[in-house]
Amino acid sequence: MAHSARRDSPELPDFSLLKRLARDQLIYLLEQLPGKKDLFIEADLMSPLDRIANVSTLKQHEVDKLYKVEYKPVISTSDQLCFLIRPRIQTVKWICDVVNADKAAGKFRRYKLIFTPQKFYACEAVLEEQGIFGDVTTDEWAFYLLPLDDDIISLELPEFFRDNFLAGDQRWVRTAGSTLHLLHSIYGPFSKIYGIGRCSKMAYESWREQVEEGETKARQAEIGNVFLIDRDVDFVTPLCSQVVYEGLVDDIFRIKCGCVEFGPDVTSSDKSMKVMLNSQDKVFNEIRNEHFSNVFGFLSQKARNLQTAYDKRRGMDIKQMKTFVSEELKGLKQEHRLLSLHIGASESIMKKKTKQDFQELLKTEHSLLEGFEIRECISFIEEHINRQVSMIESLRLLCLLSITENGLLPKDYRSLKAQYLQSYGVDHLLTFANLRQLGLLVEQQPGETLTVMESKVGKLVNDKTAGKLTDAFSSLAKKSNFRALSKKLNLVPKSDEEYDLRVPRDMAYIFSGAYIPLSCKLIEQVLERDGWTGLEEVTRLLNGHEFAHSDRAKNDAQRIVLVMFLGGCTFSEISALRFLGRERGYKFIVVTTAITNSSRLIEALLDNHV
Amino acid sequence: MMKSKPDEEDYWNSSKFKAFTFDDEDDEFSRLKESKQAVNSIRRLVEEDDDEDDVEKVSWSGEPVGSISWSVRETAASNQRTDREPAFPKINADTPTVSRSHSGYSLSSLFKGKTKTGSFQFSDSLSDSSVRLYAPELRKPKSEYKDYVSDWSPEETVHRMQQGKAVSLEKFRSLQDKLLLLDFSISAHDGNVITAVLIYLKRTLSKEVLFRELESRQTALRHFIHYLTETRDQRLLLELLRALGRTEDIALLQYKEHLSIADENKRRDFLKSCLSLPFSPEDSAHVQDHYTLLERQIIIEATDRQAERGGKVEIFQKFPRRASILNMPLITTLYYCCFYHYTESEGTYSSPLNVRQTFRISEKQFFVTALAARAKLKAWVDVDALFTSRNWLGFTRKKSPLGFHRVVDILQKNSAPTQVLQEYVGLVDDAELRISLAQKHKCHDIIINTYRDLKDRQQLLGYRGKVERGSVEERKINELLDNPQIRWKN
Repeated sequence: MAHSARRDSPELPDFSLLKRLARDQLIYLLEQLPGKKDLFIEADLMSPLDRIANVSTLKQHEVDKLYKVEYKPVISTSDQLCFLIRPRIQTVKWICDVVNADKAAGKFRRYKLIFTPQKFYACEAVLEEQGIFGDVTTDEWAFYLLPLDDDIISLELPEFFRDNFLAGDQRWVRTAGSTLHLLHSIYGPFSKIYGIGRCSKMAYESWREQVEEGETKARQAEIGNVFLIDRDVDFVTPLCSQVVYEGLVDDIFRIKCGCVEFGPDVTSSDKSMKVMLNSQDKVFNEIRNEHFSNVFGFLSQKARNLQTAYDKRRGMDIKQMKTFVSEELKGLKQEHRLLSLHIGASESIMKKKTKQDFQELLKTEHSLLEGFEIRECISFIEEHINRQVSMIESLRLLCLLSITENGLLPKDYRSLKAQYLQSYGVDHLLTFANLRQLGLLVEQQPGETLTVMESKVGKLVNDKTAGKLTDAFSSLAKKSNFRALSKKLNLVPKSDEEYDLRVPRDMAYIFSGAYIPLSCKLIEQVLERDGWTGLEEVTRLLNGHEFAHSDRAKNDAQRIVLVMFLGGCTFSEISALRFLGRERGYKFIVVTTAITNSSRLIEALLDNHV
Repeated sequence: MMKSKPDEEDYWNSSKFKAFTFDDEDDEFSRLKESKQAVNSIRRLVEEDDDEDDVEKVSWSGEPVGSISWSVRETAASNQRTDREPAFPKINADTPTVSRSHSGYSLSSLFKGKTKTGSFQFSDSLSDSSVRLYAPELRKPKSEYKDYVSDWSPEETVHRMQQGKAVSLEKFRSLQDKLLLLDFSISAHDGNVITAVLIYLKRTLSKEVLFRELESRQTALRHFIHYLTETRDQRLLLELLRALGRTEDIALLQYKEHLSIADENKRRDFLKSCLSLPFSPEDSAHVQDHYTLLERQIIIEATDRQAERGGKVEIFQKFPRRASILNMPLITTLYYCCFYHYTESEGTYSSPLNVRQTFRISEKQFFVTALAARAKLKAWVDVDALFTSRNWLGFTRKKSPLGFHRVVDILQKNSAPTQVLQEYVGLVDDAELRISLAQKHKCHDIIINTYRDLKDRQQLLGYRGKVERGSVEERKINELLDNPQIRWKN
């Protein structure tokens, strides 16, 4: 656990400044509407807001009552309403309804809309259309970045993913550019910027433009290099089951804004508990990046140590006892609490995972990553669907199959889709359309496989054999981009070698030694080569859009690398980067539009609801 | 990449993956239990010492007191009680007030004059040098902006829009100007501006012209489609898709509307009208199934609700329905039919066989569902019949469309008794898997017999230590071990 970090590892910049800036700006905006006012907060802004301010902060600035935006009529009696919202048309329409209802009732109030992180013209167009433009004042709260931990900063914009990659709407490109601009002005100047992906490239350009518009002052740089990466460069990694502790906790309990709610099964009491998960939690900090199989050992060691520390009390005289109570007891109690929580969580994880055949699931995933026994994988997925096991999980496996195999054979696609619709509802036709559009779940195009051969053979032998033959043919005939990439970058370590998860030798440990995350491997390679030279074949397979720009001479912060994920990143990827940092003497700062995992990714693409 | 069989077994058995098992209660798990006990034993100790818990108040008592989420919930609750209660209930008064100087400087002194570039500068009261470097851009509300100078070129206009400055688009009247504006916004990659221009074009161009121009501008087209989707302008969106000849998208978009129809009869009629939409042949069949299914669910629901109310049908009395079957997926419906209508003749709508036939459900799928439903009812005779009866589905006892370890899993999840489980555990082909399942479900006989068949004396000896002293099992093991006719391999 105690990995010896390289001595020359640099210190991370202090990001609490970002919180202060955001809070001060919010206060300034609240003061723009003097007097008592009720504040309506968009539901998904509440947790981020909680991280930077609290009720007393708001109260000091004459906020009377707080409400969540719920798209219902307003019951407030205040004559001033302030709305703190994301720039969404639906929310703005609701506010228009509120204002128009007041007008109809002859009620006079003042309204202020604060959009965060910025407003969109489309929202103002709604105000205009609904006839309330001018009746309300609007403002922007440039709350771009929320530090979730010492090395994680989130934009808390989960919709970035769907808007940008599925709908093709570039509304957040400028936001991403502004984010970089903000970081650059406080912690820059950056010396080198690398990136890959269409959106990354556009964000980079937007940032450059903003830099040129403003003036930059020379100062001590705290961040040296920057790497931008689009989520769609690597969909495989976020679709895999997570097995490092923090990732597992996220997969199972869902970490929200750096905070997790543990239910009664974890707390072994009758109530749930909200717990902040970050480096302040000393127990968590030591296990968060560990493969789950190492966590037990660590926790029991800790428990023993704790016992010993408590046992010291025996045989103490009054004076010693006094010192013990004043100096050690508090720390021990804190540690005790943390320890019992994480033991409870581990136990609950074990129980849940045992119930659902996790071992077999992992085996299927690993086979897909390695590209063998595909037929068996397909039957596994089929059985998953037949038994109506989790709708999300089934879809996740289908997507993983499709990406690693470069699409499904037409007959498999049709049969699996039909069974999926039977098990989870025909409404999912819409979900399948989305997945196809994004390229996550597609049919192989004829011509890519030896279809003629296949159908001829298929006529001669029965179905099952035909399936096997098809497998054999297609594995020879078609070229999956993922397979080619995996080979080029050595993403799947040789399976005949032992992999000691206690002493990881590469980033593959985050997937039990079965796969090095593509996203992190790219980062490693580019940093090592100081650019994309030698990776031409790789970038070709990834559809290009790579870039590398030197901005200025190397600075002292060369080893501080900011990695920005556009469309979300997983805790496993963060663990992998931390590992890479320890190995190579880098310090990574991860900036992401949101923390994601396989469920969030798939859920963003569902369309079986209004 | 083809691998030979032994290779692959090696692969999965290699220590690389063995290191980590979620499957059985192995050493790791019991270690965890031990540590839990250790920690629990200390708990009492800790709690009795719990005299000063001030530190914990914020971080550990569920929602931090004074947090915003907490307060919003309080407001909601207090609104339920009465409209006019103090906004912030008691606890707030106890919360130590955080002074506004928390961040070290007052706000009014923070944002002083406006500079040329339109951004504010921090006053000198800020000593922290790194703070001074970044100034958040705080503009006056747009509504106060009277400066409608408008001789900007399309490019400049786009540029100003990106910076959130006031512009007027009204002067772009010729189609050429409008398109220049659009193209500049596209090359600026700013979706916000692209949409803004599109809203203007939508207002000032005829649909025909707008659609035509969008066809050759994919980026703008996608923005427009997204904008129409978000504003729920279904009519215009359909027109656009029609003009583009995107028939499948039209079909899906219209089909999607059924989700907002709550009344089941209206929904069914709507789905019927969807049958003529230009779906792909494959999707068309799915939508047909959707319609047929809902139609059938409505009939079943009406009949069963009545039967349930009548109180004459035993199964509904014994197992009251938890929810209506309306709008459930096909497999859930099949499960329901296997649960409540298992023995019905093929002629009724609710007969499982009829459902199976109408919707072309695969043998395996049918089997899995029937198995789960009958097991849930603990109808072990029916379960048994699924495997044995030749004239039922044509399976022999040795064959099931599903691996027997899965069968065991399904039965176990429905809390089948050990005798039932034992029967199916015994049918698992793979000896190792059989033993591990038998161990999990405490089927001693199977374990003993398997070790006997494997002629594994050592394992049998070892197992003797695990069964109860003086039990039937122990006696059986002893008999085997004493049996001179068995040629043990070890």
